[in-house]
Amino acid sequence: MVILVQFAIGLIFGVGLIVSGMSNPAKVLNFLDIGGIPAGTWDASLAFVMAGAVAVTFIGFSRVLKLARPFFADRFYLPTRRDIDPRIVAGPAIFGVGWGLVGFCPGPALTALGFGSLSAVIFVAAMCGGMVLARFIAHLPPVSRFVTPADPLET
Amino acid sequence: MIVTPFTPLASLLGGAMIGLAAVLLMWATGRIAGVSRIAARLFPPYEDREFAGRLAFVAGLVAAPVLVRLVTGDLPAQTIAAGPAVLIVGGLLTGFGSVWGSGCTSGHGVCGLSRLSVRSLVATMTFMAAGMATVFVMRHWS
Repeated sequence: MVILVQFAIGLIFGVGLIVSGMSNPAKVLNFLDIGGIPAGTWDASLAFVMAGAVAVTFIGFSRVLKLARPFFADRFYLPTRRDIDPRIVAGPAIFGVGWGLVGFCPGPALTALGFGSLSAVIFVAAMCGGMVLARFIAHLPPVSRFVTPADPLET
Repeated sequence: MIVTPFTPLASLLGGAMIGLAAVLLMWATGRIAGVSRIAARLFPPYEDREFAGRLAFVAGLVAAPVLVRLVTGDLPAQTIAAGPAVLIVGGLLTGFGSVWGSGCTSGHGVCGLSRLSVRSLVATMTFMAAGMATVFVMRHWS
């Protein structure tokens, strides 16, 4: 049941990407092209995608997170970190260059597979390679001679 | 480049659907709808037992155009101008960077900003700036 629900949620997400225009790289690149403002080719639509998504999520999350627990799970899994480390800048900077080169971020790239274009297959294959590489590097044993004990009572 | 029409209403509506999906996923599974996180964990190492759910979510994303075509009889324009080499480089950078930075447009840009996360705000401003700088160089410096 929960699997079916997650399929349906992915479907809603994907249809939202298509309806909003996010699934069209040309539209994304025209939004990122602030140099196109003087010529009048700048497409501000994506700001509206962001606004619509954040508005619904902001209200929806505040309501859902008041529940005792998720419908199909024991607890809510929420990131709690607030520190600004090098990765939270370096990662998005690298991602942003890829986004600006092609016009795909991960969600629309996956949805593009369903459009049946070979370009999307090439992009997604490379994207998955990049994802696997990032996790591989992140999981390498630390090179530092000093390691923080894993036991919370020892730190 | 192709000039694309300004579509505020469709974009607002589509954005709201993306938001609805994020809220539904939180309600159902208690998890952030971050596509890079979900997609990356379809590959090893596996840290939990959520594989089937993640696969189902991604399958839904891929199936969305099929549903749109069934219902409306057509699909909106999708123009991918990049050639194979740029697709590969762009894909690698997008995959690596989004995972390295703990999220992409959905995880940081939608869910993170909605939770008023400072890290997500920094991430979102950074990938927007990097994206804009890249397009500027590609279109206006050559």
